[in-house]
Amino acid sequence: MQPITLIEGIVAPLDRANVDTDAIIPKQFLKSIKRSGFGPNLFDEWRYLDHGEPGQDCSARPLKPDFVLNQPRYRGAQILLTRDNFGCGSSREHAPWALADYGFRVLIGPSYADIFFNNCFKNGLLPIVLPAAQVDELFRACEATEGYRLVVDLPVQVIRRPDGAEIGFEVDAFRKECLVNGWDDIGLTLRHADEIRAFEARRRAEHPYYFA
Amino acid sequence: MAPQTLYEKLWSSHVVRQQPDGTALIYIDRHLVHEVTSPQAFEGLKLAGRQPWRVGSIVATADHNTPTDHWDEGIKDPISRQQVETLDANIREFGALSYFPFRDDRQGIVHVIGPEHGATLPGMTVVCGDSHTSTHGAFACLAHGIGTSEVEHVLATQCLLQKKSKTMLIRVDGMLGRGVTAKDMVLAIIGRIGTAGGTGYAIEFGGSAVRALSMEGRMTVCNMAIEAGARAGLVAVDDTTLDYLKGRPFAPSGEMWEQAVAYWRTLHSDEGAQFDQVVTLDASQIEPQVTWGTSPEMVTGVGGRVPDPAAEPDPVRRSGIERALQYMGLAPNTPIGEIPVDQVFIGSCTNSRIEDLREAATVVRGRSKAASVRRVLVVPGSGLVKRQAEAEGLHKIFVAAGFEWREPGCSMCLAMNADRLEAGEHCASTSNRNFEGRQGAGGRTHLVSPAMAAAAAVTGRFTDVRELI
Repeated sequence: MQPITLIEGIVAPLDRANVDTDAIIPKQFLKSIKRSGFGPNLFDEWRYLDHGEPGQDCSARPLKPDFVLNQPRYRGAQILLTRDNFGCGSSREHAPWALADYGFRVLIGPSYADIFFNNCFKNGLLPIVLPAAQVDELFRACEATEGYRLVVDLPVQVIRRPDGAEIGFEVDAFRKECLVNGWDDIGLTLRHADEIRAFEARRRAEHPYYFA
Repeated sequence: MAPQTLYEKLWSSHVVRQQPDGTALIYIDRHLVHEVTSPQAFEGLKLAGRQPWRVGSIVATADHNTPTDHWDEGIKDPISRQQVETLDANIREFGALSYFPFRDDRQGIVHVIGPEHGATLPGMTVVCGDSHTSTHGAFACLAHGIGTSEVEHVLATQCLLQKKSKTMLIRVDGMLGRGVTAKDMVLAIIGRIGTAGGTGYAIEFGGSAVRALSMEGRMTVCNMAIEAGARAGLVAVDDTTLDYLKGRPFAPSGEMWEQAVAYWRTLHSDEGAQFDQVVTLDASQIEPQVTWGTSPEMVTGVGGRVPDPAAEPDPVRRSGIERALQYMGLAPNTPIGEIPVDQVFIGSCTNSRIEDLREAATVVRGRSKAASVRRVLVVPGSGLVKRQAEAEGLHKIFVAAGFEWREPGCSMCLAMNADRLEAGEHCASTSNRNFEGRQGAGGRTHLVSPAMAAAAAVTGRFTDVRELI
């Protein structure tokens, strides 16, 4: 996993609540057996005028000009501003894969759906939770200023605004450590293989019907 | 010991180790696997040179991509076929307790076949790379959806890294009225607490109306816990649970059954246990529900109307309603009963079990599909459900009414196979998500119970099923 420490980038505002993972990456693209290549189909139905299918060359497809990511001022954005309950619905990890493949490294919003939130951390994508009022203010600043950029400093847990003001944010200590170091969860868990084996043996003795 | 909630009992019995920041390593008893969210996990395992920790925990099936007709012709879409064949190959290589591949006579939707084989047992942790894994919580097990990285993590370590959820009790007391079902109950709950109301919580459903539900009904309610934002839904063990499980292939028998039951009887929240939040509903006040928008919380009773965004003071919510009405092609204040229906879908992990098909057939018997309805799909949840329905003659009722009786699978719940809506079509659907494009690009989904779907199919619009039974 690609480590995250300091991200400095353009901010794109997606001003909708309850953005579901079907919208982030529609089902026809879930037929892939790979983890990569989902970026061109991120928000496919909102982004393109035609209907997308897997394996298409997206560079020639007609764009919906009103969609935020199609506006030239947000080109190359690495930070996505979102509203409440972003990533609700299906558990498809293709959603964070598509966001990361597109180039996003940080999400900022008031709340996320649980499974999506969890999936982000496994893919070098940092979902930051801020109070709704602060998110509102960032939406206003971002929409008012072309080329609006933020610096996200994960090690010190601070977002720096262009005027120098700082916004602190919370992140689980363990998840932060994994993101900053780009660690693979599985390798970490397998360091405790003996404990897992001992737990399993006790459980098998106590509840043999779960091991039939 | 202090009184514990059911969730706390399940949680504490699975903690392998606890980290100082509250993250815990949780042992996983049952791993359900399907073709869409597993290929990258198996590939990751292979690339790292790892082996699955305990293949005896795996029950697998192909359900999302599989066609529901012309099984003799196989899977025509080459990309879908490759995904299903990839699962075949992975199970061949690594093994599983049980695999129900495409065209197996016990194949079906993963959340239908787990319980029907007794592979889902009280007290277990159950995971699957699918958000509707919450379904299995109806059996008092801790069950939730995971992403593909976590599928790989469970394959490799038999564990998950988790933080303890907060607990919510949703107590529904009283009796559901005639023609009002578990689906209406859970839609009413989502209408009350919203699609993010359960975020961060495990929801236990209790109260006399929940106790009175069959296991099928409880599965419907827990299935949609995720639509209220909660990864896990739970119902305590009682006689209904045990009666359902006894004699199922993977359920224990003989002395082992007695030993298991003695433990399972303890799987309920203790008297006086404290929940972080309690919500109560009166079952007798719930009427048949219909969603009008593009989120399951956009729901009202069949006697209601589409809302007027002008009446909504919150600007984010107002623009959400406006966008939903535009997508759905509905004018503010339209009576729900005046919305015409183009297609009807009876199926999905929410409502494709035998009881759901019986409920629909009761309404359909002696009636026919309305001429204005283009197509009605009835898709049983599994091969076993299909055979049971056929033994009861339910398929004849559907076919005589002009409905299509299909092979099992996820089908038009998410339209990964060929079953889908055309742009602009309104669908009365017994599935769980009315998101934009969910059932086909531009399709307009209205979530309802099987009885209400049947009523819409025979009248061509949303009709209060209580007028037909």
